[in-house]
Amino acid sequence: MNRSSFLASSTFRLALLYVILFTVSVLLIFTLIYWSSVRYMASQSDSAIQTEIQTLSERYETRGVPGLRRLILDRITRQQPTGSSLYLLSDPLGRPIVGNISRWPQVNAEDGWLNFNLDTSDRDDPELHPARARRFQLSGGFQLLVGQDIHELKSAQRRIITALSWGVILTLVLGLAGGFFISRTMLARLEIINETSQRIIAGDMKQRIPVSPRQDEFDRLSGNLNQMLDQIQKLMDGIRQVSDNIAHDLKTPLFRLRQKLEAMNVEAGSSGGHTEALQGALAEADRLLNLFNALLRIARLESESRKTAMTMLSLSELAGDVAELYEPLAEEKSQSLSVETPKSISLFADRDMLFQALANLLDNAVKYTPEGGDIRLSLSSQEHSVSIRVCDSGPGVALDQREKVFHRFYRTDTSRSTPGNGLGLSLVKAVARLHDGRVSLLDNHPGLCVELSLPRRNPEH
Amino acid sequence: MRILLIEDDPEASRYISRGLREAGHVVTLADNGPDGLSMASDEEHDVLIVDRMLPSMDGLSIIETLRSQNSPLPILILSALGDLEDRVLGLRAGGDDYLPKPFAFEELLARVEALGRRPGPGSLTTELVVADLEMDVLTRKVQRANQSITLQPREFRLLEYLMRHSGQVVTRTMLLENVWDYHFDPQTNVIDVHVSRLRAKIDRDFDKPLLHTVRGAGYMLREPE
Repeated sequence: MNRSSFLASSTFRLALLYVILFTVSVLLIFTLIYWSSVRYMASQSDSAIQTEIQTLSERYETRGVPGLRRLILDRITRQQPTGSSLYLLSDPLGRPIVGNISRWPQVNAEDGWLNFNLDTSDRDDPELHPARARRFQLSGGFQLLVGQDIHELKSAQRRIITALSWGVILTLVLGLAGGFFISRTMLARLEIINETSQRIIAGDMKQRIPVSPRQDEFDRLSGNLNQMLDQIQKLMDGIRQVSDNIAHDLKTPLFRLRQKLEAMNVEAGSSGGHTEALQGALAEADRLLNLFNALLRIARLESESRKTAMTMLSLSELAGDVAELYEPLAEEKSQSLSVETPKSISLFADRDMLFQALANLLDNAVKYTPEGGDIRLSLSSQEHSVSIRVCDSGPGVALDQREKVFHRFYRTDTSRSTPGNGLGLSLVKAVARLHDGRVSLLDNHPGLCVELSLPRRNPEH
Repeated sequence: MRILLIEDDPEASRYISRGLREAGHVVTLADNGPDGLSMASDEEHDVLIVDRMLPSMDGLSIIETLRSQNSPLPILILSALGDLEDRVLGLRAGGDDYLPKPFAFEELLARVEALGRRPGPGSLTTELVVADLEMDVLTRKVQRANQSITLQPREFRLLEYLMRHSGQVVTRTMLLENVWDYHFDPQTNVIDVHVSRLRAKIDRDFDKPLLHTVRGAGYMLREPE
């Protein structure tokens, strides 16, 4: 699984969408929390000011200006020098009588509230100190201002914003990490199913998807896929069985027919009857019998019951023998048949079946290569496998037919005119599979190369 | 030749014995394993034909018993199991030749006659003569009417096999199995091409042909009549 396919995976996209939605809702909730706490804090501060005004105006009513002055002084001295409560009492002309701010703030009131910045030139604190106060008209023209330095409130609000922002970032990061993890887990399990499918497509029909005992939805999917594969396998086996049975059951009556023809032929020979026709019929019967034999041989190879016939053999020698067998046929068509083989390649294989496969390949090469063409049989050895190539200068096989030629009875349009039963390459493929190898068609520019690649195996197996 | 046939299928038995008798052989029949084994051990036969699958006693057991008694009797195994692997088992048990069913009668006849006339071990002649054709197996020299003939190694083996079985029908599969030593099904007439090459060398320049094609069966190398 590479990075780009991971990012493009639907689980990851789904996780990403979820993370985004989640983050947006967290953001909304945090904003709400922020606004309500800010409003609460502000209203707390406002009602404290209102209460103080109430208290002070009552004192003014009972004790007059001196009483009020004493109380304000008392309040100012009792709070810290940097305390947050602000007081100012002025006479009807606006001259300050007592207070901890020097003069009236030069701002207009909104609903009786004044929002202004404190004059901080006498303090060390370089920060701007916003303040909020309320003006109250006392009887007799005196004016009272009660307010609060809301610098602390503002910085508390800033701290809340910072904390909530971190919260959002954390949500995003954790969400992404979680989404990543979940996607990875899901993809890993899907990948197992994919890999198994690939192996089945590659031809190993025995592969099944592993199912864990958890019985989750993936296991149920795997189980269903496995059952489907079993079903397909059963159908394929059924078809193969039927064709094998047909071949087997038809062989016996066909053979009796041949016996009768043979007997008639002998009689006709002595009495001068229709020998020509009988010979033709015999030849046809033989052709059919050969066809059935070839079908049955493929079927038996596919059932893999021949493993015991494997021996250690010299592939170079075997290739030489096949070439030697077909050399006269090639010569009849003025074709050159050459063998290229490294000194000695040995292989654990089924001698007769490998010979049969190579014979089929050379037979095809001689058959389809025009007169005067070249045919080359070459062997090469790799660490874990050996390759046998039969290359010719014939018409080759079109790309779209390269898979089909291995099917039983399949013949390309150009090959229909030549004798053959369409089973030669099927048998080669069956032999390749018997040896756990594979066969492929390649271009020889011009012509065809058939490559048989067989793994080296140990005799113990 | 005296031939013992151990076969439980009456139809096959009738078909084989009739054909063999027509070809001039004496055929004794046994339709089960134990009878067949005692007949094979007690009486004189030139060839034993035994079916691989028999009730009560398997064909392979008969062969193994006979071989354990040091019987030199040439044995041909017939089997409905056409698998080549089966052939290996049969030959390993001590059989001399193996023929899967169904077979052409000529194939059976040719093989039986080849087995029956097979010289015993040690008596293998190294100088073969058919009419005016001579072969020295040791020096690998071939000549006809005192004219030397040069043969390729495979042609030499082919001719040697034909000469050792001169006067007998030799089928194409017999040639494949004995001259090429591979058991496979040639799709085309490869053997015929090899034989015609050989024929060109030994017959073309001479009046009387020695190598004949037997229609529907195979080839025969024989003295001119």
